[in-house]
Amino acid sequence: MKKNVLLSIVVLLALALAACAPAAAEGPAAAEGDTIKVANLSPLTGPVPTFGESTKNGFMMAVEEWNANGGILGKQIEPIVEDSQCTADPAVNAANKVIDQDGVHYIVGEVCSSASIPVSEVAQEKGVLMISPTSTNADVTLNLDGTTKDMVFRACFIDPFQGLVMAKFASDQGYTKAFVMSDQGNDYVRGLAEVFSEKFVEYGGEIVGSENYTGTDTDFSAILTKVADSGAEVLYLPDYYNVINLVAAQAKQLGITAVMMGADGWDSSDLDIAAADGGYYSNHYSPDDTRDVVVDWVSKYTEKYGATPDALATLAYDATNLLFAAIEKAGVDDAAAVATAMESLSYDAVSGTVTFDEQHNPIKSAVVLQVKDGAIQFVASVAP
Amino acid sequence: MERKNQNPIVNWIVKSKILGILFFVIIGATAVFKLGTALLDNPSLFLQQVVNGLQLGFVYALIALGYTMIYGIIQLINFAHGDVFMVGAFASFYSISRYNVHLWFQNLFPSVPAMLAQAIGAVTVVLVSMVVCALLAFTIERIAYKPLRTAPRISALITAIGISFFLEYFGALGFVFTPNYITYERPFEVTSWYIGPEGFGSIQAGVATPPHSLIFSNIFLIIVLASVFLLLVLQYIVKRTKIGKAMRAVAYDKPTARLMGINSDAVISITFALGAALAGAAGVLYAIAYPQVFFSMGIIPGMKAFVAAVVGGIGSIPGAFIGALIMGQAETLSAAYISTPMRDAIAFSLLIVVLLIRPKGIMGETSSEKV
Repeated sequence: MKKNVLLSIVVLLALALAACAPAAAEGPAAAEGDTIKVANLSPLTGPVPTFGESTKNGFMMAVEEWNANGGILGKQIEPIVEDSQCTADPAVNAANKVIDQDGVHYIVGEVCSSASIPVSEVAQEKGVLMISPTSTNADVTLNLDGTTKDMVFRACFIDPFQGLVMAKFASDQGYTKAFVMSDQGNDYVRGLAEVFSEKFVEYGGEIVGSENYTGTDTDFSAILTKVADSGAEVLYLPDYYNVINLVAAQAKQLGITAVMMGADGWDSSDLDIAAADGGYYSNHYSPDDTRDVVVDWVSKYTEKYGATPDALATLAYDATNLLFAAIEKAGVDDAAAVATAMESLSYDAVSGTVTFDEQHNPIKSAVVLQVKDGAIQFVASVAP
Repeated sequence: MERKNQNPIVNWIVKSKILGILFFVIIGATAVFKLGTALLDNPSLFLQQVVNGLQLGFVYALIALGYTMIYGIIQLINFAHGDVFMVGAFASFYSISRYNVHLWFQNLFPSVPAMLAQAIGAVTVVLVSMVVCALLAFTIERIAYKPLRTAPRISALITAIGISFFLEYFGALGFVFTPNYITYERPFEVTSWYIGPEGFGSIQAGVATPPHSLIFSNIFLIIVLASVFLLLVLQYIVKRTKIGKAMRAVAYDKPTARLMGINSDAVISITFALGAALAGAAGVLYAIAYPQVFFSMGIIPGMKAFVAAVVGGIGSIPGAFIGALIMGQAETLSAAYISTPMRDAIAFSLLIVVLLIRPKGIMGETSSEKV
């Protein structure tokens, strides 16, 4: 750990020096000709420093790989990492600094939606391309009037997308009858449940019942009795693990045979693995995925940083790669041209093959995991 | 200045309270119609929901008994009761997952049949929680309520709310119970059975149960048996023992009881301990039925049990029991046939309706005898 900290300080110092060097030489035009500057805004301090560390690692890994392969458009990439603290003000300051002082045209970040939204406004205003690796809030890429911010993208899918993936997975497994439970007071749960219900019907299934509950409920027997009576084969419950634990235990008691399915809210070490046995849930990425690009990424990252890459490192790596691929596709070092190129890009990233929809959200596969025999197992990668 | 209405029809309507009665009749008729059609539509489903409601009702009953006892003796609504219930659940959580209390008997007497040993183990866990809660309530009573015995009743009520918040947020501290949702490990395996036209059998994981059968689990049986048993014990203590007589005397007239040589402070302490022991038992049973413990788990069940006690007639032990069963049914049946999100709204409306018709509650007596 200590070594890591030391290493990152050295890296940061080196970066700071490197960033200062061209400015000191007072030749911005000449400097622009030699390298392509890319900034990364990561919350290296603040409430979620581990997120920042992973994000920076993923970003640096992508930069080093592209540089080792000769850079983009024949130019080396010059990375600039700034601490944005997962907070609006420091993130905006960092964005202004990299844009005005360092003259970057491309930003990879921020991690947290609360910081990404104000940064996206800065990027949009100053004509800088921004791609957030992990901010899920819809407003990151959308203006208040619902139009898309043309310079802003993200590399992760937004929450309701998982509902679509699970609907497809369920119908691929041959299930035709689903029951949907959702917490009416929770936007995340409600969004997923609505999308699942809509898409499951589109894929030829039938929603045999749906029920709402409230976040403080502990007794689900009335709803579960209805589930049993409805003859549902799938019980879609995209809530957090604490609710899953209660529902799963009671479902078992009432002899419910419907397969439980959910989303990344299940992803917790506190999930009651015994009660939820047999259930499926969707997630962004699994290190156990068997696709070549995933195996390759996991081994490279593990070798370099001594840990299995988490979703944050993976999405940062993907976001950076997407950006570089778009620059290469555009053929010029110009943010607006790259943004246009990005819109029609198709790239085989670690977290799935990515294309972008009109709202600049990626269309890509999600992974489906199963709770089975006391462990979480990778089942499939599902493309929409 | 009062304005007299001259219209005789309006006068009659106001005087005979016809509108209020009509309102209740319409609501009652709608409910009966709704439940009746549900029953005819699918009797087995309806019965299953009733069974679900019974399980909930019996747990509420255990909590409501404590509320009603304490109110009966010192006219204090002990808002900390729900949090004592939470402590009871946590006590059993720690005694099971940290100290393996449920296995003590089995380890001491390995020759006893497994089923019996398991049952005794579960009872040990319940007893440990009851003792912990009784001690806690005893302490609370001595520190927070006893000094306020002669203060206005509202002071004691506010203190009770303070104790309630203290227990919750002290429990939420990292070194106490932590603010996390913790999965509860049951002291025994859950088995479910079905009974219906296809006969009787136990439910296996992954195997579909025959249609139109009633499903119940050993948890349901344990909750029902434990609640009824504890109710009978409580009735016996209050009606047939010397301490029970002392309790009733203190409830009836504290100064006179004291003149007769009854140590009223001791009696009140014992009442608190007894009520808290019931809350402790309820905490264990609740955690077994809904296997998750967290620091604020006592708020909602405590509130509902309080409503149950009021509906049944606060101060009356059988009343609390009946009130709790009504609450359980109201909640489950409204979730099943009206609307799940509205279940609490409906359950609490019941309180208003009952109190409008019978301000003293179903079993509430107008006489001054309590308990």
